[in-house]
Amino acid sequence: MDKALGDKIPEFNKKKSGGGDGVGLSGASLGLGDHRTKFEILIIILVAVVIIGGSEFLLKWFGVPQYVLPTPSQIVTALFTEWKFIWPHLLVTLYELLVGFAIGASIGFVLAAVITQFPFVEKIVTPYILLLVTTPMLALVPLLILKLGFGSEPRIIAVALASGPMVMINSATGFRRVDLAKIALARSFGASTFQIFTKIRIPMAMPMIIVGLMVGSIFGLLTTVGAEMVGGAEGLGNRLTYYSALIRMPQFFAVILILAIIGISIYVLFYWIGKKWASWEA
Amino acid sequence: MMDATHMRKAAGASDKRSTKMLVERATKYYQTRTGSVHALDNVSLEVRDGEFLCILGPSGCGKSTLLWSMGGLHDLTDGEIRLGPEKITKPHPEIAMIFQDANLLPWRNLAANIALPFELKRKPVDQERIDALLKRVDLWGFESKFPRELSGGMQQRASIVRSLSVNPSLLLMDEPFGALDAFTRDEMNLLIQEIWMETGKTIVFVTHSISEAIFLADRVAVMSARPGRIARIFDIDIPRPRPVDIQTRPDFIERVLHIKASIDHGRKPHVGLAIT
Repeated sequence: MDKALGDKIPEFNKKKSGGGDGVGLSGASLGLGDHRTKFEILIIILVAVVIIGGSEFLLKWFGVPQYVLPTPSQIVTALFTEWKFIWPHLLVTLYELLVGFAIGASIGFVLAAVITQFPFVEKIVTPYILLLVTTPMLALVPLLILKLGFGSEPRIIAVALASGPMVMINSATGFRRVDLAKIALARSFGASTFQIFTKIRIPMAMPMIIVGLMVGSIFGLLTTVGAEMVGGAEGLGNRLTYYSALIRMPQFFAVILILAIIGISIYVLFYWIGKKWASWEA
Repeated sequence: MMDATHMRKAAGASDKRSTKMLVERATKYYQTRTGSVHALDNVSLEVRDGEFLCILGPSGCGKSTLLWSMGGLHDLTDGEIRLGPEKITKPHPEIAMIFQDANLLPWRNLAANIALPFELKRKPVDQERIDALLKRVDLWGFESKFPRELSGGMQQRASIVRSLSVNPSLLLMDEPFGALDAFTRDEMNLLIQEIWMETGKTIVFVTHSISEAIFLADRVAVMSARPGRIARIFDIDIPRPRPVDIQTRPDFIERVLHIKASIDHGRKPHVGLAIT
């Protein structure tokens, strides 16, 4: 890398040059939008109250049967009464998601960091990574189950395969944002290649890395639940097929509520991480 | 500090000093997609100990290439650069660079930006020296601010503190004030003159502004473009400290015109697009 610097015309970019081929949210849309006033927050809560209260009222008014669409109060009641049967499945889902995502994200991050250092390798590998990003990894689950059985392993592998390429392709976009002037600055103070990586390249790529982690984990959640619906007897995805088969709709929607909460929690987690580690790129 | 200032004044600009850095027959070709670019052609230049040397030239004349090579950031195709007895092939701890647009790291606050050289060199941060420098350039109390919260002039002052914090003896400045407005630029020129007089550093300063070069320099080395070579060297014997309004005096303007003529004379009419 040090050598390559010497053979380029020193028209180092004054502005950041970002590759435009990252998949997922842009750095700007990482946040929850602009800051909200108390009045706006009040309106948001009011809208929720109207929707929940309104659907409760309308469903009862028109006498919609519970097996077609349960009322919000029935869903919440089901969540509490059924909780002792649901939570072991919640743990299974979280376990599969976390392990699969950890494996996929680590491999994706390391691959991105290494591959962007070798433009030739990157050009060869990128189409295949794109193929992995665009192909739903859910499609592999029946095959994986055939090989590995109905345990957590096939699902963990599917989650890793779904989230890893997403983390990789976004991180690679971040690592490609080379600012020769900043690298030259570090070198002028005697930085080693490793120091340039840890002190310049990683912080510079951080906003895109966080976007990759966010999108990758949401993809991971999708794949976890999907894979659980395909086969096996555990996990929230399995509970969805189970309750719908028995036409126990309040319990079915209670599981969906839990999944929504997991999804929002992931988003908020990475929103705060982004605020802490990537707020410099406003 | 005052002693150094008086000594500097007494010594005078044209005094013979020992050699700080020697550039000998420096030649540089870049490989680009469209072929090779001859950036430096047989450049020889002596930087004297303690002097303020400006390298002046039009865009694309290779002056930044020359400076980056002096800082050990570029390899030469031919020729060599020496700092005292040492051949410069990689960055040297005695040399610090100051870049265009301050070049602060946007994810670090001012204190962390200034601590960067110490981190990279794995040395304890010399807080006493940093504090003194921050006070000197009026940035004391801004340590927790991020670069985006500071004006261009403040950013460049911070980058000067960053470079001086590790106490180099040779400062290489690559069009450091080019992006600043005219008023801030005057302020920065005054500040860098004062710092130079107080510290006794050797400074090599690249610029494309003739008046900035004359205002600051003991000697101005004018480069011609494509391939880059040293066209002429002018001694600037204006006494110091030089006030900003010196730039409106007739004899100053005469120097500007004199140097401008030498640049125009060296230019060929058909050289094509210059690359900056």
